[in-house]
Amino acid sequence: MDLIYLLIPFTPLVGAIIAGLFGGRIGRKNAHRITIAGVAISFVCAAIAFKRFAIDGAEPLNATLYQWAFSDGIGFQVGFLIDNLTALMMVVVTFVSLMVHIYTIGYMADDEHNWPEVSLAGKNSYQRFFAYISLFTFSMLMLVMANNFMQLFFGWEAVGLVSYLLIGFWTTRETAIYANLKAFLVNRVGDFGFLLGIAVILMYAGSLDYAAVFGQAEQMQHQTMNIVGDAQWSVITVACILLFIGAMGKSAQMPLHVWLPDSMEGPTPISALIHAATMVTAGIFMVARMSPLFELSEVALSFVLVIGALTAFLMGLIGIVQNDIKRVVAYSTLSQLGYMTVGLGASAYAASIFHLMTHAFFKALLFLAAGSVIIAMHHEQDIRKMGGLRKYMPITYVTSLIGSLALIGFPGFSGFFSKDSIIESVAASHIPGAGFAYWAVLLGVFVTAFYSFRMFFLVFHTKERMDEHTRAHLKESPWVVTLPLVLLAIPSVFAGIFIDPLVVGEFFKGVIFVAPEHEAIHHLTEHFHGVVAFVTHGLTMPPFWLAMAGLVSAWFIYTRKPGIADATARRFNGIYRLLMNKYGFDEFNDAVFGAGFRKIGALFSNVGDRLLIDGLIVNGAAKVVAVSASLLRLLQTGYLYHYSFAMILGLVGLLGWFVLNG
Amino acid sequence: MTFVQFLFYFFAAIQVLAALRVVTVKNPVHAALFLVLTFVSAACMWILLEAEFLGLLLVLVYVGAVMVLFLFVVMMLDVNIAEMREGFASYMPVALVVAIIMVVEMGMVLTQRIFNVRPPVEKVADVSNTEAIGAVMYTDYVYPFEIAAVILLVAIIAAISLTLRRRPATKYQTPIEQIKVRRNDRVRLVSMKAEKKENGS
Amino acid sequence: MIPLTHFLVLGAILFSISIAGIFLNRKNVIVLLMCIELMLLAVNTNFIAFSHYLGDISGQVFVFFILTVAAAEAAIGLAILVVVFRNRRTINVQDLDEMKG
Repeated sequence: MDLIYLLIPFTPLVGAIIAGLFGGRIGRKNAHRITIAGVAISFVCAAIAFKRFAIDGAEPLNATLYQWAFSDGIGFQVGFLIDNLTALMMVVVTFVSLMVHIYTIGYMADDEHNWPEVSLAGKNSYQRFFAYISLFTFSMLMLVMANNFMQLFFGWEAVGLVSYLLIGFWTTRETAIYANLKAFLVNRVGDFGFLLGIAVILMYAGSLDYAAVFGQAEQMQHQTMNIVGDAQWSVITVACILLFIGAMGKSAQMPLHVWLPDSMEGPTPISALIHAATMVTAGIFMVARMSPLFELSEVALSFVLVIGALTAFLMGLIGIVQNDIKRVVAYSTLSQLGYMTVGLGASAYAASIFHLMTHAFFKALLFLAAGSVIIAMHHEQDIRKMGGLRKYMPITYVTSLIGSLALIGFPGFSGFFSKDSIIESVAASHIPGAGFAYWAVLLGVFVTAFYSFRMFFLVFHTKERMDEHTRAHLKESPWVVTLPLVLLAIPSVFAGIFIDPLVVGEFFKGVIFVAPEHEAIHHLTEHFHGVVAFVTHGLTMPPFWLAMAGLVSAWFIYTRKPGIADATARRFNGIYRLLMNKYGFDEFNDAVFGAGFRKIGALFSNVGDRLLIDGLIVNGAAKVVAVSASLLRLLQTGYLYHYSFAMILGLVGLLGWFVLNG
Repeated sequence: MTFVQFLFYFFAAIQVLAALRVVTVKNPVHAALFLVLTFVSAACMWILLEAEFLGLLLVLVYVGAVMVLFLFVVMMLDVNIAEMREGFASYMPVALVVAIIMVVEMGMVLTQRIFNVRPPVEKVADVSNTEAIGAVMYTDYVYPFEIAAVILLVAIIAAISLTLRRRPATKYQTPIEQIKVRRNDRVRLVSMKAEKKENGS
Repeated sequence: MIPLTHFLVLGAILFSISIAGIFLNRKNVIVLLMCIELMLLAVNTNFIAFSHYLGDISGQVFVFFILTVAAAEAAIGLAILVVVFRNRRTINVQDLDEMKG
């Protein structure tokens, strides 16, 4: 295997180890230099790999690096599968990661202020942070480069772990700890499904290797399995839905989305890197990777489609009422992840991956811009206390505008191409639930535009609502912060032109498998006549007008007539409260799962552990010994004649037996 | 009933009665004396069975030595006889039941056909019983014989070491110390000037 | 001629009497020792009877050994008795319950 493929995942790992274990010794500067160098090397190698596979058209590389264990005919291996999909993901991951690394220098510069004086965790937190994000990059690369389910699961869990560590990075904040625990637990639910899905595949395909499993997919389609009662379930459907449950956890689809908004407790670079651009797209990537399996099960695809549509629309609505700048972006992320999932459900895997890529750029951009605003506002995140920042932060303003336009799918920007291809694919899809999904994503476009520009106008336009002290210190962020913004703004605008090879071209030929009857993407390809035509065609389509409507209404309501928003909120108080409560998912989880599991736990603790195990088995055994010993000691009277009596009785018994049997 | 049979039943009756008295009399001295009677009549019966050597041995060793030892100890120890007899009556039923059960059981075992051995052939008494035993004991059973001797030796030493008391006041010799002694330990030669005879006495 | 069984039954009776004696004199160690001697006598009688009736002198040799061991046992037993009495001023078995569990 070529060295550069090895360098891609392992240089960030080396950087993470050095910065993490020796951070205190090498100091802040060296820590960020080493980790950034590691990620930069990784990015360069990923770019070379991308050139080889995507542009020069090299054959996909499927190689086993190391056999970890071999048991019962099943090999547990570490191996790389590098093809166009992997190469694209590697470039996106390493690029965003590199941007975030650079940005972090500025964002975390004065991290000591975020820690109490006495906190030991606050020592070297800067180096630790760099170690974590490099470790994350390594984990994510291992995930996307996997050629077998075991390594996929390893990467899956590793990114979850790093996410956990980073959400709760400020360990002295109670909300952060709550949020990271929540993220971890919710992800466990999804991971449980994921693991079960892998188990089903292992059981029926007898292998963990992608190629071997995909080769047996046809057979698995016709097999059935028995889960509850006598009902026979198609193996492939069960496996796909279980795998998708894992994706629901990681990619924050309803109802396992609750952790993502709370994860904004972590530092903003993390929100950009993990909770917008890369980790949450792991589920999308996984489903695209598993397309040969998903394509065989229409039920699973419908499930994916409906879940995605619900997430895309309902999460967008919540974004309208949020006031925390990062939470608005977070709900926007949820909504966009819903779009990607819809694309997967409609068999438009290429469109989803395309949206994943463009979204990675503009959402990372939006998060980093939000972070830039937060730095300028001295860690004030409430958009009601901002306003008029345009003249203080011109670079942030422009890049935010670009990001927002890309997000709402303004023609010509990257988001437009990706989102439109998804919407078009859904429109062309005929699987059950496609009609509902089409309306959901269409209305979602309006909602997206509305909340994006509500935030944009409230932050950068309107009158200045911050206090005097903050206003006096308002200034543009340093270059380490604005450079990534600019670098990310470029692909946010122009990445859309890659629609030609990526979605409608044959970029994913041989990587993503689409069944002939799921012709949605095929339909898109037929009607594609170049980028310019796509843009001009888009101008006449409902998504564009809905986006414009959203933009204009946001402009009108929040800059011209601010009273309308409050009046509407009062008028539709019920809906407003529903949205503010995020549909009550958190309350439901707390009341049912939290309290319920506490009760079950108490039951197990009291009855199972204390009564049965401690009381009956542990202490019970001791008590049985003690009681039987106290009974047996009565036999040991110490009197000679008792012993002799026992002996004589034995003699009598023996003789009796002899008489009776002899 | 032949004379031999008469002798057998006579000695058997004495043995049983004497044994009963051994276990029932109050005074241990009397018990020991009844035991002597049992042994003597048993010795007679053994002689009846042509085991003259052992019969004499029983009288000599048991009656002459062991039982005397018993009497010695019984008399030497100041034993409260009344206390010893406590609960004698209450144990009688149990003792009787167990004893009778055992007699019945053993009787049932013993009356089985396997024990119905035909009477011994009348042998010409060419050698004495003692000689016959000696011939076997010093050839076939010479090692057990040696071991028996060792057991007796052990018993002697054990009995002595158990009962021997070393009183602080007792004076005794330490041979090893005596052997190790050197001249210098005992005698000190002091060179001193001869004294003048005073006044020429 | 006396059958063998008569000797054996005599031995059984003597044995049972001595067992009853152990029950009855359960407190007096000296009498217990005597009962044990009586038991050995019963056994020896059996041995000699068998030896006579089977015409095998070995039975008598074994009686000889039993007598040896019994003498040794009596000697040691009485020695122990003396030591016990010296230390505790009693030979009542009921008082000798140091081994009680």
